Amino acid sequence: MSETLPADGLLGWSWLLIALPLAGAAVLLLGGRRTDRWGHLLGTATVGAAFLLALLCTVQLAGQDGTPADVELFTFIATGELDVTAGLLFDPLSAVFVLLITGVGSLIHVYSIGYMAHDPGRRRFFAYLNLFVAAMLLLVLGNSFVALYVGWEGVGLASYLLIAFWYTRPGAATAAKKAFIMNRVGDVGLALAIFIMFAQLGTTSYAGVFGSVGTLAGGTITAIGLLLLLGACGKSGQFPLQAWLPDAMEGPTPVSALIHAATMVTAGVYLIARSAPIYDLTPTARAVVLAVGALTLLIGAIAGCAYDDIKKVLAYSTVSQIGYMFLAVGLGPAGYVAGLAHLLTHGFFKAGLFLGAGSVMHAMDDQVDMRRFGGLWNKLPVTFATFGLGYLALIGFPFLSGYYTKDAIIEAAFDRADVWGWLLGGVAILGAGLTAFYMTRLMLMTFFGRRRWTEGQHPHEAPAVMTVPMILLALGSIGAGFVLVVATPLADWLEPVFGPPEEAAHAIPPVVVAAIVTGVAAIGVLAAWLFVGRREVPVTAPVRVSPVTRAARHALYADAVNESLFMRPGQWLTRALVWVDNRGVDGAVNGLAAGLGGSSSRLGRAQTGFVRTYALGMLGGAVVVAGALLAVTAG
Amino acid sequence: MIEAPDISWGALAPLLLVFGAACAGILVEAFVPRALRHPVQVGLALVGTLGALAATVLLAGTREVTAVGALAVDGPALFLQATIAGLGALSVLLFAERALDPARSAFVVSAAVPAGSPRDRELATVPQVQTEVYPLATFAIGGMMLFVASNDLLVMFVALEVLSLPLYLISGLARRRRLLSQEAAVKYFLLGAFASAFFLYGLALVYGAAGSVRLSEVREAVGTDGGGALLVLGLALLVVGLLFKASVAPFHTWTPDVYQGAPTAVTAFMAACTKVAAFGAILRLLYVAFGTAEWTWRPLVYAAAIVSMVVGAVLGLTQTDLKRMLAYSSVAHAGFLLTGVIGLGAAGTGSGLPATMFYLLAYGITTLGAFAVLTLVRDGDGEASHLSQWAGLGARSPVTAAVMTLFLLALAGIPLTAGFTGKFAVFRAAIEQGAWPLTVVALLASAVAAFFYLRVVVLMYFSEPVADGPTVGVPGVPTTLVLAVTATATVALGVLPGAVLDLAERAAIFVG
Repeated sequence: MSETLPADGLLGWSWLLIALPLAGAAVLLLGGRRTDRWGHLLGTATVGAAFLLALLCTVQLAGQDGTPADVELFTFIATGELDVTAGLLFDPLSAVFVLLITGVGSLIHVYSIGYMAHDPGRRRFFAYLNLFVAAMLLLVLGNSFVALYVGWEGVGLASYLLIAFWYTRPGAATAAKKAFIMNRVGDVGLALAIFIMFAQLGTTSYAGVFGSVGTLAGGTITAIGLLLLLGACGKSGQFPLQAWLPDAMEGPTPVSALIHAATMVTAGVYLIARSAPIYDLTPTARAVVLAVGALTLLIGAIAGCAYDDIKKVLAYSTVSQIGYMFLAVGLGPAGYVAGLAHLLTHGFFKAGLFLGAGSVMHAMDDQVDMRRFGGLWNKLPVTFATFGLGYLALIGFPFLSGYYTKDAIIEAAFDRADVWGWLLGGVAILGAGLTAFYMTRLMLMTFFGRRRWTEGQHPHEAPAVMTVPMILLALGSIGAGFVLVVATPLADWLEPVFGPPEEAAHAIPPVVVAAIVTGVAAIGVLAAWLFVGRREVPVTAPVRVSPVTRAARHALYADAVNESLFMRPGQWLTRALVWVDNRGVDGAVNGLAAGLGGSSSRLGRAQTGFVRTYALGMLGGAVVVAGALLAVTAG
Repeated sequence: MIEAPDISWGALAPLLLVFGAACAGILVEAFVPRALRHPVQVGLALVGTLGALAATVLLAGTREVTAVGALAVDGPALFLQATIAGLGALSVLLFAERALDPARSAFVVSAAVPAGSPRDRELATVPQVQTEVYPLATFAIGGMMLFVASNDLLVMFVALEVLSLPLYLISGLARRRRLLSQEAAVKYFLLGAFASAFFLYGLALVYGAAGSVRLSEVREAVGTDGGGALLVLGLALLVVGLLFKASVAPFHTWTPDVYQGAPTAVTAFMAACTKVAAFGAILRLLYVAFGTAEWTWRPLVYAAAIVSMVVGAVLGLTQTDLKRMLAYSSVAHAGFLLTGVIGLGAAGTGSGLPATMFYLLAYGITTLGAFAVLTLVRDGDGEASHLSQWAGLGARSPVTAAVMTLFLLALAGIPLTAGFTGKFAVFRAAIEQGAWPLTVVALLASAVAAFFYLRVVVLMYFSEPVADGPTVGVPGVPTTLVLAVTATATVALGVLPGAVLDLAERAAIFVG
């Protein structure tokens, strides 16, 4: 991040990337019902145009060997010492994210045209979706932590609006509130980190912060790192702030695919990767990142095994996969590229899986209970094929996307070549086995076995406007890993950001790792077949289950922990404060008001309306004035 | 052979224009046909005041003492003359409003007819207008402009009478509730005469002690030791006379009664312009004549400020009539203005002068606007100024309620309004002079006063409308213009006060 070029050519227009979807959102929201008929097309077109522009910008960036381009826009805040210039930074890292956001975003916009075709709020939906894309692009394109923060809050708002899109459903409204509040907890961390940067370094721009962060005391750097991590945990649904993400599935399925699987929830990974120069200086914060990642990937995988709601299983899968990414970026220089590569492939196959789930729900009258599915493979052939490819990619089937990127993370963990490396690698392999188990369970319950449909359901394949994006994402599930790791290595592309890729001395040969991971995954698949595939799936979930299952069904009691650790004490605190406010503060205020009112009435009696009284008062005043002045002079 | 005194006519152009317009108004009253009188009088008054305003702009930067040392044309004089002329023009517009009252005017047709007599009842509904109010008001404006420019205690006294006598008269000219109006006029006259006597007595004592009524010569007699008991006693009595005009407690007792009784347009005029003139004279007297012995009057002003703020804020709490409430608000604001006077500092080294001048402008504009809104809300008996009648006004007339809310917030000193900028300026000036206890009291008084301003806002927006509540009249062009100008200025002076503060800063040098 040493050198930047002034943006010229197309890169000078990169602000349009944000402006286009933002303008789309503005037109749709302000245009009102007049835009009902064509609003969704405009929304899709703006994101599509942004994708094309992003492609062209990336080509130009490649032409200048990835030297970052700095686009100065205007002075955002200039007060005293703080001078925040709003500017964009188009470098290889942001280019990767911009392509992911606009690319997957375009596909999901297209899919939504079909998915939301009969929803009366379609225009509002596309407006929010455009708003989200604009905010997310600002998040990854900003050249300072303040710009990132603005985008960060913007995506939080869009996420809130979209989770609560069907706001008349109590579940959706509650889920949106939960997501918003838990994100606030993380955002406080991010804001505090930015405050510390400004207080200590006097700047919030990436260039300024990374250039001088080395001069800070170790403790301060660690504090910044941990606070940034808190922000990242909130946005990315990582332990201990993971509980909102599965609930967020109350939103429409395209939202789950775009925001809560492919893009927004990976913002935490972006934040940590972007702040690499900070984390490189603080092994403590990095160790915490590792711990969070490892813990979350297990929690997500275990919870994923127990749920019957197809979207919640996928949501916990997302939590778990982002855990892998955190694990990777926590490893430091060895892991940044692996984490980002997994982020990209995950963006493809998880978005594809969610769109597939949406297609299934579409076919099954918005039902999400997998116990009511079964035998859908021949009714929904395209969905089955694309979903199946996404599934294979996710469990790391050899030579599909996940195989390359997940293995790279596990290898990088082992490459630490210490006891922690072995532990982390072991956790990651265990997670891969669990992933294979819960995803196979999902596949078996949804597409195979006896048809357990509700009476009168006639599943049918979705229209082309929905299947085409699914097919395109399935192609990504197949090939993205190969492209990013082998064909045009991401490591080379990101070299200007993270430095040249290290030729790691492998503690265990990659082939062995791949064999072990594939083997464990195979065991997971087999176990799923033994437990689920071979037997009849009961239509209602069995009540008498082992304590492990019960814990998993409650997502390892994350909500209970949150409630007892934060919510209850918070409620007690607010109740106590309300009591103090009512009795103490209000009492004092009311007493004071009564006192003033009383004295007002008493004083008011002097206002008799008689001139003689007034004149006497004036005379008295004059005497006092004259006496006082004389006294002052004499004294 | 007496030599004609050397008079700089050009520098006196603002005064000459206003007095010229007033004299011409008398002739118009005598010679112009009745049907034409109203437009001609309004036009004449506007030409006089706006011409004076333009003249002060042209004279900007002038610093001279003229008319044998009787008049000072300097920054403060011109700034305050411009303020008075501008606010005066707006007041004339309020007088000229003909759309609101069904009888076409807020002024009585014939003030000499006894109230309640058969002839009076007959005239009450005649759509005739009485136009004497315009030359009278113009004379008062001229007197105020002379007041702030007088460099001589005798001229100051003459100006005081020139501004006061027409005010006494026009206070009694209300078309409705005539007895209340006449009572107000008589009270104002009696107490005003009483106060003038104090002023005159003080003048005599000062002349006796200093041998001159010229402010610069008084200053030489005062020196830094106060110049002896006689001179200080003279100062005390002069100040009493001026504090009466400025409605500073404990000399404020006339204010609520007169503000309530006078026609609302006249009340607006008095509240805005008289305050500016009185404080202009106080500043000049204390700065030019007694500035070198600041220690003599500082405790007095300090105490008067506290008493005025506390009395105004506390008594305002229990008022149920909006005009009376605004009267007590005026008393409290006089106290806030005195904190700016404290900010003058020893020998005028502080930043109190520009702060006070800015406050006067801001307060004048805001209070004029608030009274202008009062003229809109009416029931069968005229203006509905009882608090209970304003309940739920926000639902019935959102624009009126919003404009009133703006003025009340400005009076309360909420940021982004003119009132906040003004308060900030005077409090800062006072703190720079070490008067932070005074500033603490001022802040507390502001908080108390904010209660009664905000109570009206709450009443307008959060109460159910009363059943047979007042109607909100559709104002004609003049009142609309006044509301637009005052509301815009209230916001502008709150959001972008820089230019005007700068102007006040540059104007803040007395001559002589």
